[in-house]
Amino acid sequence: MTDFKITARNVQVHYGTNHAIKDVNVDIADKTVTAFIGPSGCGKSTFLRCINRMNDTIDVCKVSGTITLDGEDIYDPRVDPVQLRAKVGMVFQKPNPFPKSIHDNVAYGPRIHGLARNRADMDEIVERALRRAAIWDEVKDRLSEPGTGLSGGQQQRLCIARAIATEPEVLLMDEPCSALDPIATAQVEELIDELRRSYSVVIVTHSMQQAARVSQNTAFFHLGSLVEFGETGQIFTNPVDPRTESYISGRIG
Amino acid sequence: MTAPKSLLTIDPHTRKRHAAERRFRRYGLAGIVISVAALALLLVSILHNGTSAFRQSYLTITLELPAEILDPTGARDRDAMARVTTLTYGPLLEQGLADTAGDLGLETGLSPRDMRQLISRQAAADLRYMVLDRPELVGTTIEFRALASGRIDGFLKGRVSRDSAERDGNISPEALDLAAQLAKAGRLGLRWNWAFITAPDASDQRPEAAGLGVAILGSVYMMLVVLVLALPLGTMASIYLEEFARKNRLTDLIEVNISNLAAVPSIVYGILGLAIFINFAGFNQSSPLVGGLVLTLMTLPRIIIPARAALKSVPPSIRDAALGVGASKMQSVLHHVLPLAMPGILTGVIIGLAQALGETAPLLLIGMVAFVRDYPAAWTPDSGLFGEASTALPVQVYNWTQRADPAFAERAMGTIIVLLALLLVVNAAAIILRRRFERRW
Ligand SMILES: Nc1ncnc2c1ncn2[C@@H]1O[C@H](COP(=O)(O)OP(=O)(O)O)[C@@H](O)[C@H]1O
Ligand SMILES: [Mg+2]
Repeated sequence: MTDFKITARNVQVHYGTNHAIKDVNVDIADKTVTAFIGPSGCGKSTFLRCINRMNDTIDVCKVSGTITLDGEDIYDPRVDPVQLRAKVGMVFQKPNPFPKSIHDNVAYGPRIHGLARNRADMDEIVERALRRAAIWDEVKDRLSEPGTGLSGGQQQRLCIARAIATEPEVLLMDEPCSALDPIATAQVEELIDELRRSYSVVIVTHSMQQAARVSQNTAFFHLGSLVEFGETGQIFTNPVDPRTESYISGRIG
Repeated sequence: MTAPKSLLTIDPHTRKRHAAERRFRRYGLAGIVISVAALALLLVSILHNGTSAFRQSYLTITLELPAEILDPTGARDRDAMARVTTLTYGPLLEQGLADTAGDLGLETGLSPRDMRQLISRQAAADLRYMVLDRPELVGTTIEFRALASGRIDGFLKGRVSRDSAERDGNISPEALDLAAQLAKAGRLGLRWNWAFITAPDASDQRPEAAGLGVAILGSVYMMLVVLVLALPLGTMASIYLEEFARKNRLTDLIEVNISNLAAVPSIVYGILGLAIFINFAGFNQSSPLVGGLVLTLMTLPRIIIPARAALKSVPPSIRDAALGVGASKMQSVLHHVLPLAMPGILTGVIIGLAQALGETAPLLLIGMVAFVRDYPAAWTPDSGLFGEASTALPVQVYNWTQRADPAFAERAMGTIIVLLALLLVVNAAAIILRRRFERRW
């Protein structure tokens, strides 16, 4: 079990009376891209948000079962979600840069976690994160301009840079390309493939082509249950469950 | 009804929609024109009736200061000279005015005694203070600028005429004739009157000496109390309710109560303040502290509601973004949400403050309507912080409109101008602050 970065056992999520995630078990390997696919409303985002405990911020949301990161239960009462989120970064569906300068956007995480000893240190962290997010060349001359002034694709890469600036071990991405045009999407996909070298990436997508392009493993969710989980190539060419088959061939979703 | 085929003709349905749109625009424009006209009318009437309060009539009297009367001991000692009261100075002024008129060759049927109708009772006191401050003047002849009486002031401002004087007998027509001659000779005229802003209130017989000094101090003290208490309390309460509190029965109840409190008539807060702060807590009656506390209670819900709206309008994605990089709840609020909500919060605070500044009813109940001659100190060992009796600007308006002499009505209008000027300052401050906090999204 410890060879996996993240393991989930019997995870149930309720929003009040709505049973959104039903008994999900999944193992996510390190340094791979795992894609969550499924029709909308099936609970992909909900499950993703369990992994960095963003669901804690929703009053009505109740999570049970166990999720471990490196063998440690992240829902253990001793775990501080703030510390967890520094290790498990997140990129959201809609690009959401802070209404601050590009530099400050990236520097915010390292600053609150005390990762930089001085200004030069911070500048280096910011530059490294922006380079890895493949946006450095576009913004290096205007680091003090507002991040909100960038184009959608640039904003999303800025958000990725912001997420990786805190040196997380896992990167969660919730439909990171759904608000982007095809060119920006291609850039972000390339970036995800690049990030796989250092992180374990979990990406939610409603585009099966995207899942096929960027992921090694794919999990198919349907109505709150994990229907099928396996190697991406196998899921797309030779699905075991008939529901997966019909989703992939376009009959549900 | 079929639509014409060509795009070059407008079909009746489209024409109807355009007509409706034009009608709607006209209604809106009419509404704006009416409200602007009403506002202009209000401003014009206030400025027309009130600006004269800032100018006051003064007599220039050539005056002997006889040493044997003003300084019997001859030592020019302040304490000894202070034993001479205004009762002695009054006749000096009257004689001086009579002599001045005589020197100018003005024909009057008035005795020196009758001259008192022209001179304010305040003038004798002013003269006395001047002599006490500068004893070297005793024994010389000086040009003294004496406050003219309220009727004479009214005469110069067109409020009092020979006819009205004959009718009401408040001042003799001969005195008005003399005033007209003195004015022509340059010995009587209107000048800018700082005392209206700085002097304390005066009794019913001396409208010409009444000023706003105490009321302005009282209002400023109360605004300080409200700002210092209501801004942090209101902001923190709204942050707690909006960002931290769980949504349950209790918070629903609190929410409903806050909305209701914002709509409670202000006089109710006066009763509350009387019961809690004066009868129970034992703070001083008429003090700006109690006034400020009452206005704080009144203003709090009016600050909390817009502050919560401002917090609510910050996109949730900003909170997610902050939490997502590992910020704590507190950090996400302080670093990201609050700065974005600040312009809205400040707008609410300023509107609340402006309302509090103009509030009268609750202050009447806690005794701020009293006649106060002494400037209230911000702090004294006996009365504590803001504990000395005071009045406030809107109460002063109320107070002066209650008095018989029409000279007070003019001063009430002048007070409204001062109040509006203060509001303008507060609003300008709000706009500047908002500009500083405003961010591009
Ligand atoms: N904040 C929320 N409060 C209540 N119910 C929610 C909330 N978020 C999601 N849900 C419900 O949980 C289910 C799964 O939603 P979600 O995880 O967003 O699906 P997906 O991301 O796969 O489209 C849906 O039925 C949705 O209505
Ligand atoms: Mg989703």
